[in-house]
Amino acid sequence: MKTQPAPSITGTAAADLKIVPRRHIGRWIGAAAVVLLLVWLAVSFSRAKINWPTVQEYLAVPVLIQGIGVALILTAVAMAIGLVLGVVTAVMRLSKNPVVSGVAWLYIWVFRGTPVYLQLLMWFNLALIFPVIGIPGLYSGRMIDILTPFVAASIGLGLNQGAYTSEVVRGGILSVDEGQLEAAQAVGMTRLQAMRRIVLPQAMRVIIPPVGNEVIGMLKTTSLASAIGVSEILSEAQHIYYVNNRIMELLIVCAVWYLGAVSILSIGQFYLERFFAKGSSSRQLPMTPLQRLSSIFGTNRKAQS
Amino acid sequence: MTTNVLVRAENVHKSFGLNEVLKGINLEVNSGEVVCLLGASGSGKSTFLRCINHLETLSNGRIWVGDKVVGYRQDGNRLFELSDKEAARQRRSIGMVFQRFNLFPHMTVLENIIEGPVLVNKVKPAEAKRHASELLARVGLEGREGSYPRQLSGGQQQRVAIARALAMKPELILFDEPTSALDPELVGEVLDVMKDLAKSGLTMIVVTHEIGFAKEVADRVAFMHGGEIVEIGPPAEVLGNPQHERTKAFLSRVF
Ligand SMILES: Nc1ncnc2c1ncn2[C@@H]1O[C@H](COP(=O)(O)OP(=O)(O)O)[C@@H](O)[C@H]1O
Ligand SMILES: [Mg+2]
Repeated sequence: MKTQPAPSITGTAAADLKIVPRRHIGRWIGAAAVVLLLVWLAVSFSRAKINWPTVQEYLAVPVLIQGIGVALILTAVAMAIGLVLGVVTAVMRLSKNPVVSGVAWLYIWVFRGTPVYLQLLMWFNLALIFPVIGIPGLYSGRMIDILTPFVAASIGLGLNQGAYTSEVVRGGILSVDEGQLEAAQAVGMTRLQAMRRIVLPQAMRVIIPPVGNEVIGMLKTTSLASAIGVSEILSEAQHIYYVNNRIMELLIVCAVWYLGAVSILSIGQFYLERFFAKGSSSRQLPMTPLQRLSSIFGTNRKAQS
Repeated sequence: MTTNVLVRAENVHKSFGLNEVLKGINLEVNSGEVVCLLGASGSGKSTFLRCINHLETLSNGRIWVGDKVVGYRQDGNRLFELSDKEAARQRRSIGMVFQRFNLFPHMTVLENIIEGPVLVNKVKPAEAKRHASELLARVGLEGREGSYPRQLSGGQQQRVAIARALAMKPELILFDEPTSALDPELVGEVLDVMKDLAKSGLTMIVVTHEIGFAKEVADRVAFMHGGEIVEIGPPAEVLGNPQHERTKAFLSRVF
């Protein structure tokens, strides 16, 4: 090098310089404000006429634990139905066959266009239209016996969910480079094989975050199932507080259970996202909780990059 | 077949809407022959290549690979398009290498290579893996089985893509500008692998802008312009002493 460094920044050898990463003062101020707000809320709640021992007591009541269990099972069943329907109808909508894509479009139009509450009531009362169902000659049964509240709620929530998931899945499929389908076809795969082995696994990266969101939404929507007689946690809590009038206490108990369940679901989503990020660069991997904390407040340069 | 013609394109026409992209292509490629397709961007080279493995339908004409009409079943004077499943079956013996590699990013190098053989040809995984390792050695990438595509350079990715095509034991491989997306210093390693394949007697149709490669490796060079093959012959003739005006203009720009 012929040019000399400017005199004002000479004097120290580059090897002796210490690099100080950018400090996040705004984040610290913001965090302090949030903590203050939380303290104020906690104080208000503790001064209100809430009987905390009652809350603690009802946290262990079996019907409520069963109730959150019912909500979780209903969520799992409805989401399973929704995912299967969502993937199938998304692939159908992308079909070149206008009848196939038209059927999928119609399904989405109907089930996304009406309130889920109304759909639940319709499923529950389906016996009014089809009093008996079955396969002629093989099996037949009364609709009322088959469509129990839980079954009706599973089908109703699942079909409604499928219509939303379908659009999410379709977006995910469209996000995958067309060259992937062609490369798969070029090694002799059929379109369906290519979809299953090549396109959908890549689409999962785009699909999982919103579907995770929808699982959590579903857990809360299951409370609507109480309208058709499913004993989930919120309806059980109401049964109890109608009798003992501990309204806030029981609602807080429900909130605690819901938050607990949602937290567990979020952990599941987190690891699912990491699984399907296989082969992508590490910066696209969601961070583990520790990495996240240190990247928010820390001065750890590796997490910053 | 009595002759050793492997590919025969007869009067191939292809339109996208009103845009006629291929205007009657006739080409015969013998078994073991290497044919390079040259031509300006937009002249229909990729479209023609994609017609050969039925990634595109035809508007008119017919393409034979071996003793089969690609993508169609002839009944009298009509050609009925094959089902997706039947077309996929035909593609097993026709490999394709893309400009942008199109490796499966969620799979390792090994998984990329054995996916077709195992899923489509029902080869036993152990056998497919052994073959894959051999192919990786052949393209100069032994030991990279566990890497993901994004951990490889462009040249390495394209060599994996070639190994993936070879894993299906194709009788024909189509190359669509295999080195156009590569940094200049990586072009050579891919061309070397292709030269090696050509020597081994594989039938290859190569769309390329690498005149040097065409000169050295091609048995014949075809020059495309406006959806037609305007000139075809041994490289020395077409490249050394072009007859058609368009070929002359193109070559003077490339050199
Ligand atoms: N899927 C398609 N739909 C409509 N037009 C297309 C499509 N694919 C290619 N074309 C058109 O066909 C012409 C030839 O394209 P292409 O075969 O890719 O040329 P080349 O590979 O020689 O550059 C171009 O004008 C392009 O715009
Ligand atoms: Mg092209």
